[in-house]
Amino acid sequence: MGEASELFPLIVRMDEEGELVGDLGLLSKQDLVDIYREMRLLRAFDERAWNLQRQGVIGTYAPYKGQEAAQLGATKPLHESDWLVPTYRDWAAGYVRGVPVTHGLFFSKGHPRVGDVPKSAKVLPAQVVIGAQTLHGVGVAWATKLRNENAATIVTFGDGSTSEGDVHEAMNFASVFSVPLIFFCENNQWAISVPIERQMRAKTIAQRALAYDMEGFRVDGNDYVAVYNLVSELADRARRGEGPFLVEAVTYRLGAHTTADDPSKYRVVADEERWAKRDPIARLEKFLLRESLIDEERILAVDAAAKEWVDEVLADFKAELSISSSVLFQNVYAEMPQSLANQFDHYQKRAKEVRA
Amino acid sequence: MAKLTIAQALNAALAQALEADDSVIVLGEDVGKDGGVFRITDGLLDRFGKDRVIDTPLAESGIVGTSVGLAIAGMKPVAEIQFLGFIYETMDQIASQASRVRFRSLGRYSAPMVIRTPYGGGVKAPEIHSDSLEALFTHTPGIKVVTPSNPYDAKGLLLAAIDDPDPVLFLEPMRLYRAFRDEVPDEPYRVQLGRANVVREGADITLIGWGPSVPLLKAAADDLAARYDVSAEVIDLMTLTPLDEETIVESVKRTQRAVVVHEAVRTSGFGGEIAAVIQEKAFLYLEAPIFRVTGYDTPYPTTMFEDLWLPDTTQVVATALDAIRY
Repeated sequence: MGEASELFPLIVRMDEEGELVGDLGLLSKQDLVDIYREMRLLRAFDERAWNLQRQGVIGTYAPYKGQEAAQLGATKPLHESDWLVPTYRDWAAGYVRGVPVTHGLFFSKGHPRVGDVPKSAKVLPAQVVIGAQTLHGVGVAWATKLRNENAATIVTFGDGSTSEGDVHEAMNFASVFSVPLIFFCENNQWAISVPIERQMRAKTIAQRALAYDMEGFRVDGNDYVAVYNLVSELADRARRGEGPFLVEAVTYRLGAHTTADDPSKYRVVADEERWAKRDPIARLEKFLLRESLIDEERILAVDAAAKEWVDEVLADFKAELSISSSVLFQNVYAEMPQSLANQFDHYQKRAKEVRA
Repeated sequence: MAKLTIAQALNAALAQALEADDSVIVLGEDVGKDGGVFRITDGLLDRFGKDRVIDTPLAESGIVGTSVGLAIAGMKPVAEIQFLGFIYETMDQIASQASRVRFRSLGRYSAPMVIRTPYGGGVKAPEIHSDSLEALFTHTPGIKVVTPSNPYDAKGLLLAAIDDPDPVLFLEPMRLYRAFRDEVPDEPYRVQLGRANVVREGADITLIGWGPSVPLLKAAADDLAARYDVSAEVIDLMTLTPLDEETIVESVKRTQRAVVVHEAVRTSGFGGEIAAVIQEKAFLYLEAPIFRVTGYDTPYPTTMFEDLWLPDTTQVVATALDAIRY
């Protein structure tokens, strides 16, 4: 009997040297110039957020550094009517779907505006119970099917969450009811300090698809070209009613789990260095330089643009910090019960006393 | 107008909700072909088809978790959990997910859904099947907790719960499913959530309960009147969250005494909350401590001990007399 993992070879289109080992598929060279710029901006934001925590401006932050190609490749192909149900490390994915990256800062600030998803964005707010959102993704996809909405849903989750019972229940329900959903697992190799080899004995996450009689795919999550083309095809097929699908995007958490974590305690430097060479942005840069689509001057211009953009994001963040405490009481139920209204009065009196 | 059991009244409510609104779906274990283990969804699959009356895999978290997504994206799921005792399997999806959709999203999203589930003892069921766990959910902001005690309220409260914009845990007293019949209007009607019902007026003491305890309270009131010349007021809470404090407090201010009855274990039971509300709002009116008649602080017993473990009329009468003679 062959290994199940052999049925799921790694799909690569652009290798870590920036060489095309496949074609660009649905993408043009100009698309890659644009996506390079966007990834650089988002990387700059992520690094700044890390520093903001160190400066005490925000609280605990979970960086996505290294996972930009996976997150952008998973979301750029989506249409307006498609849904994104993200995990909490996916601010880059949310950004693509219309959620400002300031929400990543609100999240870390403990600011309620983190959940205030713009009306135009079909994105659920991040929640932190590992894997619980996969069932919400199934439900959302199921609803679009029952309502004949011709929409695809993508739910993102990490490798650690695949050990959770909810993820099993989600895959089983999705399969039984044939919902138009893409399970998009960002396998970044680490769940805080526990490596993927301790989450599971299986060699791949993708092979779990077999158990649910779903199509599964294992893609180089640091290769934007590969991820984009795969998800484009699967989203089209989901909209035609062919889902669900499981995608394992093999990537690496270049940073710590969060600002409260110190990976030197459990990871070896050689491993980190090996993965740093596979950085999704670096490989794209190599390709673009070699193809003369960008030059050193252009790279410096992107540096400057990134800094400027992150400054703007920070200004937006600071401008939006003020919020009425009423949101705390008003959104528990559609209509505030009398007993809660009494507690709200109490809270407001307290707030007044504290200010006085 | 027909005379229906609680089971039939619930079935009628579900049929009318499915009839009235295409976004309403019923899902759960055995709710389709089998019509549910208590036959509450009997006949609905044939009438509304398999896209609206859905037999799911055997997975409580899956049922509620997918319902959260369904509700967010525009459906009105009415999920069945086969017995309240199995609800721990989906505790996260109720207490951390469904309950927080509105709060987490600052009102951008909501999860209007109903989780129906039978509860309560006295039917000689295997372990876990008889537990009364309502206090876990009255301790969970964002969820409404509703429980009828008779066929009329069962239909009206369920239709109101399905209309409600927030998630509702709908607890059905399984011992009463077929215990008696009442006149139930044929047409759809609503019994407003958040309102308690004074089911018996009285002057000397207030007996407070919900769901399976309500018939017990009525029998105790009869006995108190017949044998002890005590006039007992009986309040059926019907909705535990949000609680109708006004009806409770107004009653106790008149009667000056109260007994709270529930099947759930005593410590941290919802009876403690009722007692706290009364002493905060009617302390100077009280002539006696607020007494509780409850299950004991053990796991729900195996059936051979069940009858002595559960509150009964004798105990309610004796406790009421303690309060009267205090």
